[in-house]
Order: sequence, then structure tokens, then C-alpha cells
Amino acid sequence: MNAQASSPIISIAGVWKFFGSLTALRDINLDIQQGERVVIIGPSGSGKSTMLRSINSLETIDRGRIVVDGKDLHDPANNINVIRQELGMVFQSFNLFPHKTVLENLTLAPIKLRGLSKAEAEDRARGLLAKVGLSSKTGAYPAMLSGGQQQRVAIARALAMQPKIMLFDEPTSALDPEMIGEVLDVMVTLAKEGMTMVVVTHEMSFAREVSDRVVFMDHGEILEVAPPETLFSTAKHPRLQQFLKQIL
Amino acid sequence: MKPTTQPNIRIDVADGVSIPDPKDKSLINAWSISFTGAVAILIALCVFRPDPYLEILKFLPDGLLVTFEITILCMLCTIPIGLLAGLGRISRNRFINLLCSTYVEVIRGIPLLVQLFYIYFALGTFIQMPPTLSAVIAISFCYGAYMGEVVRAGILAVPVGQTEAARSLGFTGAQTMRYVVLPQALRTILPPVGNEFIAMLKDTSLVSIIAVADLLRRGREFASQTFDYFETYTVVALVYLIITLLLSKGVSIMEGKLHYYERPSK
Ligand SMILES: Nc1ncnc2c1ncn2[C@@H]1O[C@H](COP(=O)(O)OP(=O)(O)OP(=O)(O)O)[C@@H](O)[C@H]1O
Ligand SMILES: [Mg+2]
Repeated sequence: MNAQASSPIISIAGVWKFFGSLTALRDINLDIQQGERVVIIGPSGSGKSTMLRSINSLETIDRGRIVVDGKDLHDPANNINVIRQELGMVFQSFNLFPHKTVLENLTLAPIKLRGLSKAEAEDRARGLLAKVGLSSKTGAYPAMLSGGQQQRVAIARALAMQPKIMLFDEPTSALDPEMIGEVLDVMVTLAKEGMTMVVVTHEMSFAREVSDRVVFMDHGEILEVAPPETLFSTAKHPRLQQFLKQIL
Repeated sequence: MKPTTQPNIRIDVADGVSIPDPKDKSLINAWSISFTGAVAILIALCVFRPDPYLEILKFLPDGLLVTFEITILCMLCTIPIGLLAGLGRISRNRFINLLCSTYVEVIRGIPLLVQLFYIYFALGTFIQMPPTLSAVIAISFCYGAYMGEVVRAGILAVPVGQTEAARSLGFTGAQTMRYVVLPQALRTILPPVGNEFIAMLKDTSLVSIIAVADLLRRGREFASQTFDYFETYTVVALVYLIITLLLSKGVSIMEGKLHYYERPSK
């Protein structure tokens, strides 16, 4: 990356998170530059989701500081709802609004939060649905779509807010194998367009193909951060070697 | 209606006529038997013994209107009370939460008839209120508490992922409730809310005791003039039954319509 000189768009510094006696995040430090694609890997329960979710304050941290787009999440002067508008999030379980059509899922937030007119929001939504290959599903309800289609709508819904950063928490883990490709394709396209992306995934092909850096977490700690070629070929940490052996 | 201690056993006891399953397309079921039976008996009685049955039936509509009027007024008051009580019960604000929980606890511990007497006779010693107003206040606050529990359960039944998705888009807590959670909760609570309203309609008959001229009260007046107790109360019972059955059917139809979006994927 050549953006190292400028200030990071996401800065995580000395972050700790506890669930009761369990330490979910242990002194996490990570800076992410604008336009960077970061993939987070690690065994189950290692704190990947907790870290991702603390970036948009779905999880509140106990110690440390997270600054997104120049705004400290924990500064009471900053409105978290406004910061979140710049942080699109895609969940493992899609979480589309079942009582709204596909189009309405995409237009709700832009109309209510960005102040777009219905026509503007629908225009934007149609464009995004075309981009994720679902133009024909505009009027469908989420329950009528396959998992892969739902996840593509979920990505489009997040993009409809025109966020600066996209967070993905295992976006393909709940999908049947034959549907993983269609979702990854959308994500690859997004990455190639220069979107800043933080992706928790077990899809190593995606990590190899598009990520700038791969972060390996275990037991709430970041153990290694490196470009994919380096990390996959010359894993230093024994726990990373073991993890890669299991997954590859 | 207390939950059993045994796990995995769910006992559904509705205190009104049960809401027909909108997917049940068979012609013969408890609903159709009760409804056609009640209507047939009422018609037969009026045709074959117009005196006194037809006379009774002609005497009752005034009371029926009052029953409807009170029911509708109570519904209109119960919805906001129930919504506030339900939201209050899940509020993270300790004061609001305690306030609403206490309200629900107190109301549920006092029989509706006692609440009615309390507002009409006991409070009546300080502020004179027309009986209908007392009735509407008593019933609304009573059913508002029950409705609050229904609303609370409905909100809690909406998956937390829905809230997270909305919040991650930038919606505030209140906007999330309004645009995402409540519309979905409404669909799950419609049958129990319908049940509460039907139970409420039946419970409005209690107001006849404080001299409100509702359906039951009109029946009582007719019977005490003519001494046709058996005939009068037979008609009154049939009319209540027909109305509640019609209402439960209405709720069932509405329920079927509201779930249209749940068609499974192919
Ligand atoms: N709300 C919660 N309450 C209590 N413990 C929690 C909560 N959320 C997460 N944890 C615990 O924190 C740890 C980290 O969880 P997290 O979900 O971040 O892991 P993960 O790396 O995303 O795992 P997975 O691959 O299974 O999704 C786990 O031990 C988990 O059990
Ligand atoms: Mg996770």
C-alpha cells in the first residue's frame, strides 16, 4: 500500500473487551488505510466478530480507542448514528427486513437518514440491484429469495447508504456451497472499485485474491498481520501454522 | 395461564373463543359448527316462536350499540396504553421500567369488576363520572396492562439481528423500533391482540352492573318486565357468541393477509 503516509481511516488502539470473566479482545492495535482490503481470520471464538462489531459500536469496548474517519467512537460529541452511516455492515445471517420488499430494504435508510426523495432512492437502489445481478427481484420479499440472493441484497442495502467502509462478518458462512461464489464475486467487484473493506471470512481464495493484508487472531489477540502471500507461505506463529493446516 | 414447570410443553390457553387457523380450509371445524349452530338456533327461535324471541331481538340493538361503542372506545385507549406499557417494560431506563412493571403487576392482581367498582363507586365519592366513562377507564387500564405484556412479548420475539442491521445502517434506537421492530412485532401479536379485544368485548358486559345500558343490561330490563328470563338470556348469549365468533374470524382473515411475505423460498 502506498497510503501509509496519510492518516488511517480506521484506527484501533489498545482495545480490550471483556464478557464477564472472558477476555474477548486483548490489547488490539490495528490501523487500516483508506482503500485497503483487510481480511481477518482465526479459529472460532477468537474475537473476530467482536473486533469487527466494535468498529461500528455494535459492541462497546472496555478499554482503548477506536477512531473511524477521524471521529473517536467514544467521544460523546460524536453521534454514533452518523458515524455508522459511513460504515456498511454485512452479517452472516443477512438480516434483511422481512416485512419490506427488496427495493424497500434498499431505500428505507437512504430516504430516512440521507434525506433522499423516494425517486432518487429507488434510482440508486435499482442501480445497485443491477450491480449485484438482482434486477428482477425488485418487488420480491426476502423470504422468496435464496440465501445467496439475500446476501447480495444485504450488500446492496449497505451500499445504498454510500458508506466509506464496508464491514463483512462471515458473509458466506451461512450459504450453501453453490451460492458462495455469487456473493464473493460481488465482494471482489467491490474491492476492485477501491472500497475500504474489513472482511471476516474463512474463504482463503478471497483473502489471496483481493486482500492487502491478512490479520490472524487467536484468543482475542492479533498474532500476525501480513500480506496474504507472506502470511500463507511463511507463517511464523505455530498457532497460525496449525490453523492454516486445518483450513487449507 | 401460568407456565408449567415441565420444559418443552407449551400450553396455549386463550380466554376468548379461539382464533381460527387461517390455513385451516376444512368446512367442518369448531368455528363453523358454533357459528352456523348459533345462527340457525337464533333464526329458528325467531321464526317458530316470534313471541317472545323476535320481541327480544328487537329490544336488544340499542344495548348492542352501547356494547360496541364501549368496546371501540376501550380498544382506542388500550392500544396506546399497551404500546407504552410494553415499550416501558423493555426500557433500559430503570425508572420507566419499574413504573410500567408495577402498573402491570398491580392491575393484574385486581379483578376487573373490583377495578370497575373502585373507579365508579370509590373514586366516585371524590369525582363524579358518568358510568360509561368509568367503564371505559377501568377496562382500558385493565386491558392496557395485558396488552402491554403482549406487546412486550411481540417485540422480544423479533430477532436481535433485525435491530443490529437497522442500527448498523445508522438508525437511532427509536427509528429502529418504529420502522423495523414494531412492524414485525405487530404481525406476531395480531392473534393475541385480537384475542384480547374479543375478551374485552365480553368483559364489557360487566358494565351492566353500574347501570350502563349495554347488551346484557337491555336483556335484563326486558326480562324483568316480561319475566321471560330463559328466553331473554338465551338470545343474549347467542348474540354474544355470534359477535365474538365473527370477530375471531375477522382477526383470522387479517392474520392470513399480514403473513403474505412469509412465503417460503423455492
Ligand atoms: N454477547 C456475548 N456475551 C458473552 N460472551 C460473548 C458474547 N459475544 C461473544 N462472546 C464470546 O467472546 C468470544 C469471542 O467471540 P466472537 O464472536 O468475537 O468470536 P469469533 O472469532 O467471531 O468466532 P466465530 O468464528 O465462531 O464467529 C467467544 O468466546 C464468545 O463466546
Ligand atoms: Mg464470528
